[in-house]
Amino acid sequence: MTRPFLIFPLVVLLSIALVPKLAEAAPDVQEIVDRASAAAYYQGRDGRAAVRMSILDSQGRERTRDFIIMRSDLDDVDNGEQRFYVFFDRPADVNRTAFLVWKNPDADDDRWLYLPALDLVKRIAPSDERTSFVGSHFFYEDVSGRGPREDNHVLEEETDIYYIVRSTPKESGTAEFTSYRNWIHKATFIPVKTEYYDEAGETYRTYTANAVEVIDGYPTVVQSSMEDRRIGGETKMSYSKVKYDLDLPEEIFTERYLRTPPRRLLR
Amino acid sequence: MPVLHLIARTVFATGLAVGLMAQSLPPSLPTGLGAPADEKGTVPTLPPGLGSPAAARADPADSERGFTVPFGLTGFIEARLGARIVDDGTQKSLSIAETRLQLERDFYTPHAAFRLVGDVVLDSVENDLNLDLQRGRGFLDLREANAVARPFSFLDVKAGRQILTWGVGDLVFINDLFPKDFRAFFIGRDNEYLKAPSDAVRISAFSDAANLDVVYTPRLNADRFIDGSRLSYFNRSLGGITGQNAIITAETPHTWFSDDEIAARLHRNVGGWELAAYGYHGFWKAPEGARADGRPFYPRLSVVGASLRGPLEGGIVTTEVGNYFSHDDADGTNPLIRNGETRFLIGYEKEIATELTAAGQYYVEILSDFSALKQNLTSGQAAPDRARHVLTLRMTQLLFNQNLMLSAFNFWSPNEEDGHLRFRATYKLSDAWQIESGGNFFYGRKENTFFGQLQDNTNLFFGVRRSF
Repeated sequence: MTRPFLIFPLVVLLSIALVPKLAEAAPDVQEIVDRASAAAYYQGRDGRAAVRMSILDSQGRERTRDFIIMRSDLDDVDNGEQRFYVFFDRPADVNRTAFLVWKNPDADDDRWLYLPALDLVKRIAPSDERTSFVGSHFFYEDVSGRGPREDNHVLEEETDIYYIVRSTPKESGTAEFTSYRNWIHKATFIPVKTEYYDEAGETYRTYTANAVEVIDGYPTVVQSSMEDRRIGGETKMSYSKVKYDLDLPEEIFTERYLRTPPRRLLR
Repeated sequence: MPVLHLIARTVFATGLAVGLMAQSLPPSLPTGLGAPADEKGTVPTLPPGLGSPAAARADPADSERGFTVPFGLTGFIEARLGARIVDDGTQKSLSIAETRLQLERDFYTPHAAFRLVGDVVLDSVENDLNLDLQRGRGFLDLREANAVARPFSFLDVKAGRQILTWGVGDLVFINDLFPKDFRAFFIGRDNEYLKAPSDAVRISAFSDAANLDVVYTPRLNADRFIDGSRLSYFNRSLGGITGQNAIITAETPHTWFSDDEIAARLHRNVGGWELAAYGYHGFWKAPEGARADGRPFYPRLSVVGASLRGPLEGGIVTTEVGNYFSHDDADGTNPLIRNGETRFLIGYEKEIATELTAAGQYYVEILSDFSALKQNLTSGQAAPDRARHVLTLRMTQLLFNQNLMLSAFNFWSPNEEDGHLRFRATYKLSDAWQIESGGNFFYGRKENTFFGQLQDNTNLFFGVRRSF
């Protein structure tokens, strides 16, 4: 009976002493980047979404890609190994094509493509992660995440809303940018905007999160765009039917489900 | 109100600071940000859902999909035209001239998924109105008609007409003894037609230790091989390249459940490495034997083999081996029946520049009973080499946001001094329209080698396709 009375003032005292300090102290920049990567690519244990990509070329012609993407984090570790399963619906010539990625943060990803007309499970050579994903302005790396340890990060600025972090590749020549800057939303750690700079310091590529929704308790970017002045045009991505923590079985991410799509999960 | 004020103040303050720090940055506000760009506007306004309430949004899946066909059908319609660019007195000069409509439809019940894919073909080269679904002749080519069920969580069963592929070779097949259509492959049809359909049951069992596939084909599904009707070949008894003047008519095994085939694969992954063991019992897939009276037939064949595929030095390495047992010529003494052989391949593929992938393979077929064969050759029969070596090279380049694909694939045999070069340019005009142009070149010093015999079939083709 007496113990709560003793503890209560202690908690209050500690809180008063600690809270302003916690609020003031900015987290270490690597921690900010790690948390931003986790917020953008590792929400929940696993997840599924229907994605529509609208690719506009420099002359305004539109191409679209509709696909379902499923993702599972191995052992639910943020910024660790992941599995992705992508099932294409449109355009018609890639209908039923499936794509499987085992993402290894410290090595090349393992990737497979299933071509249904040939019943062929094709292993895809690891590519430059910074090449176009299905002809869009998004790179593979933009879809599956850039390793938070691949760059040196500097917290350039902090506003009431954002951490503004500049990142420079640890190994120069491994990416087409000289550096990039990320506006990371402080409350959610969601990257709201990313600008990529060339050698002259000019922005040539811009990612923008255009809409965020809280789904199953996780803030989720449901509309985003990537503009690239070198390529010309932009790609808009919208996510629908987003669900988290579905307990996706690990076997979804195997050859079995490339050949026989997991129909129930693709609806 | 205070929030807005705070945002505005922050936008201004950080914008100013950023502007001062990096004046080279253009103050562009990306589209879709919703707020007007101020003069130092590199700081983004918060998107709906973070700063302001989430706006109602249309479900993209519900939006306009453009032209669709009724009854849930999808597919394509295409036209292809091609011609021989060398003289062949035994064949038409048109190598391909066809219009093809492919329709496909999936149906689902709680217990099974059904799939139908069929091509309606107007083929002006063969002009064959007699329908033969087994050989893919006539106005209809039924590609798939199957049902998939999962009676237990660890078991998948697929029954009916289906396309089947396994093994790790790139256009080289060792343990994949499912039917191929080499005619389609050499005249410039889409790559998918290299695979002819099987009428079979595939049972796949999955476990943590390994996975097992068993494919039972109750009646032989032979290759759609080169028989002279459309592509010319070297005819041993006539001693030269022949075409429609000597079409091969073989005795085809046709008895259900006795002229059958069974193929199995045991496979598992170890990390990023894929290991597999294979077995096959059935027939050579083309009439590789001749009776004493000269009539071609399909000799019995068994194959055992293995494959491995995995990452190496930023690329993918593949290797596969198979031992072919030619039962109707078990000791290799019958020169009219194809000798047993060992087949082996090793390959490597790597992206060598952005959107440019190179792949090479070494492939060899080694006769099992070479000396027995040599001692028993009939008079006038040329002695083959003990081994046929083949090197393949593939280059694929994607351009214009991956809308243009240039690809070349070359087979070359250093000991038979022959080869086959395939090249293609495919351009996607839009999501629906695609044009394609390409060629098949066959070359060789001799007329009786694997590719050399096809030299009168060298062709160029053009195609246009509308997918829906």
